[in-house]
Amino acid sequence: MLKSLRRAGPPLLMLLPSLILVGVFVYGLIGVNFSTSVTDNHTAAQATGQEPSSVVWFSNYLDLLGTEAFQHSLLNLVLFTVTFLVGTMLMGFGWAWLLDRPIRGEGFFRSIYLFPMAVSFVASGVVWRWLLNSNQGESASGLNRLFQMIGLDFLQNNWWNNVTFGILAIAIPAIWQLSGYVMALFLAGFRGIPEELREAARMDGASEWKLYRHVLFPQLSPIALSALIIIGHMSLKSFDLIMSISKPANYQTKVPAVDMFVFKSSFDYANAAAVGAILLIIVAVVIVPYLVHSNRSEKR
Amino acid sequence: MRLNRRTSATVAGAALVGLALTACGGGGDDGGGGTDETGGGDASEVEVFTWWAAGSEKAGLDALVGVFEEQHPDTEFVNGAVAGGAGSAAKDLLQTRLQAQDPPDTFQAHAGAELQDYIDAAQIEDVSDLYDEFGLTDAFPADLVDRLSTEDGAIYSIPSNIHRANVVWANPTVLEDNGVDPEATYDDLDAWMADLDKLQDAGVTPLSVATTWTQVHLLETVLLADLGAEAYSGLWDGSTDWEGSEVTAALEDFEQLMGYTNSDRDGLDWPEATQMVIDGQAAFNVMGDWAVAAFEEQDKKPGDDYTYFPVPGSDGTFDFLADSFTLPVGAPHPGGAKAWLETVGSAEGQEAFNKAKGSIPARTDVDMSTFGEYQQSAAEAFGSDTIVSSLAHGAAAPVATLNAISDATSKFTTGASDLAAYQSELAAAAQG
Repeated sequence: MLKSLRRAGPPLLMLLPSLILVGVFVYGLIGVNFSTSVTDNHTAAQATGQEPSSVVWFSNYLDLLGTEAFQHSLLNLVLFTVTFLVGTMLMGFGWAWLLDRPIRGEGFFRSIYLFPMAVSFVASGVVWRWLLNSNQGESASGLNRLFQMIGLDFLQNNWWNNVTFGILAIAIPAIWQLSGYVMALFLAGFRGIPEELREAARMDGASEWKLYRHVLFPQLSPIALSALIIIGHMSLKSFDLIMSISKPANYQTKVPAVDMFVFKSSFDYANAAAVGAILLIIVAVVIVPYLVHSNRSEKR
Repeated sequence: MRLNRRTSATVAGAALVGLALTACGGGGDDGGGGTDETGGGDASEVEVFTWWAAGSEKAGLDALVGVFEEQHPDTEFVNGAVAGGAGSAAKDLLQTRLQAQDPPDTFQAHAGAELQDYIDAAQIEDVSDLYDEFGLTDAFPADLVDRLSTEDGAIYSIPSNIHRANVVWANPTVLEDNGVDPEATYDDLDAWMADLDKLQDAGVTPLSVATTWTQVHLLETVLLADLGAEAYSGLWDGSTDWEGSEVTAALEDFEQLMGYTNSDRDGLDWPEATQMVIDGQAAFNVMGDWAVAAFEEQDKKPGDDYTYFPVPGSDGTFDFLADSFTLPVGAPHPGGAKAWLETVGSAEGQEAFNKAKGSIPARTDVDMSTFGEYQQSAAEAFGSDTIVSSLAHGAAAPVATLNAISDATSKFTTGASDLAAYQSELAAAAQG
């Protein structure tokens, strides 16, 4: 008993500060958030206890999910995430594939592709807001002007001001910023595959396509999964990029994170907490299976 | 090995102690010793919380502080200005501080209904007895005092400056070049829209507008122009029916006006929209009278380079918004806060502040002769016109209502809802 305490004690003491911090500031606050989200705390007076608030369980969630506005936000989030994921995966894989062949200046290109990630979303958002200006014709600027100059006038469009698909335009800067990161992941994956495997496959007469299909892709799949999870959860939490290109009140670019901000600024803490909880659940749906999966494969 | 373990335990222990200390330190530090004489009206200092951190707003604050230090030399001024996001960063921080019962001594807020949330939460005090004490009830126009009072006659803030929202700014050169008389006066929106049609046919942007809040700003002036002052004010106390046919007609005008605007509006903020008029890319812009600073900064002359007039149909009404200062419940230095409020309401304070900021005083007894040309005309209108409260700037409706109206407006102007849906969404928003 004493001996086991002695053995477990010091490591436990070492871990305790971070356990307490994480316990209070992450899980404790998640708990507070959930408990706020099941009340009818919709006004400043209730938040300060001037007026009573009562527990209404899940009616905030049901009300939110029932409104057209929130459904629009969720749809925007899905469209944004799918575009962001497909875009970064394709671009990232493509660049990694190109750079994997021994070419000159690989280090240079690697840095070039990775650099956009060093720019903050807010800073790049300001520039992209100008690039994605929705004016067409004579008063066009940004990308629309560029299209005119190179004779591709038909490509002009109103970018993020389209009611249904405007959110896809905001995925463009997001893809631009994160593709380099996915490339770095894939490149590491390619480098992790021993040359012998390729040689062996070639010796056995595998075509280049078969080599990729049956030897390289299976080796890369854990990398692809990690990239999907990382980009996916970043996309679900996207807020700063959208806020710096668009504005919180703009209907065409609403996502749940923006709704949460607007609710909070209206002193509607219960709905803000409910949106936060919904976001957390969506992220958990994406991440938890991955954690379970990787936990299992580690044990194996 | 043994030594290592012991060291690690010691380190962990030390870290824990450190944590506990920081936790204590965090709770104890609020306002530096002001708790000693909270009840006695401590006037040793005053922390003034604003979002006036740059430009003409900062110049105004500095001028006001100059007067304050003359009037109250014993009270130390502590600048609690928070920069960023046109006040949204400051409001965020203020929300947190009030919630944690760590209020500043006084904070800036839009006068009127925007204060309702703070009132409901019992976070600010009724200052109507200060109005009597400082003689403000007579110095302000009676209309304004009415707009500032809640239903039971309480007033929760003292305005430092007044702005007018229902102003059209025009570029006379653009008008003349496209066959519109720059001297023309318009009796109502229909007359104005006839000229806007001409401009549109001529290929210029007739009316520039920016992101959602400026569209709400335009909407409120259209409602005011079509409904008239009384019915417009009735929108906010429930006596005008949002679902009525007059509102429908006003929304139709709004829809038509939005058709004259620039297509990149949602990506712009007001300075860019006003700049379009300054640069001659657009003929008209409806914006509050802070826009006059943008013209003056670029050395434009009123009359030659730009003209201004009340939104057609709203002549004789003054759509007001105001910055104001409050007395938070539990302010650490209430005496300092009262001293600050006295300066804010005083003729000297209002003159110094508004001359630097470019707005007009809420008092009608300030000598306007040294103010700019626009400000003189605005002050005259303020003294004689019917005063109504601005929606887009927090005077007419609480934040939640304004947010709901903004959402509905954005949905409508991006084309995601039709007029009937828009009207019922507005009605629902106004009901809260």
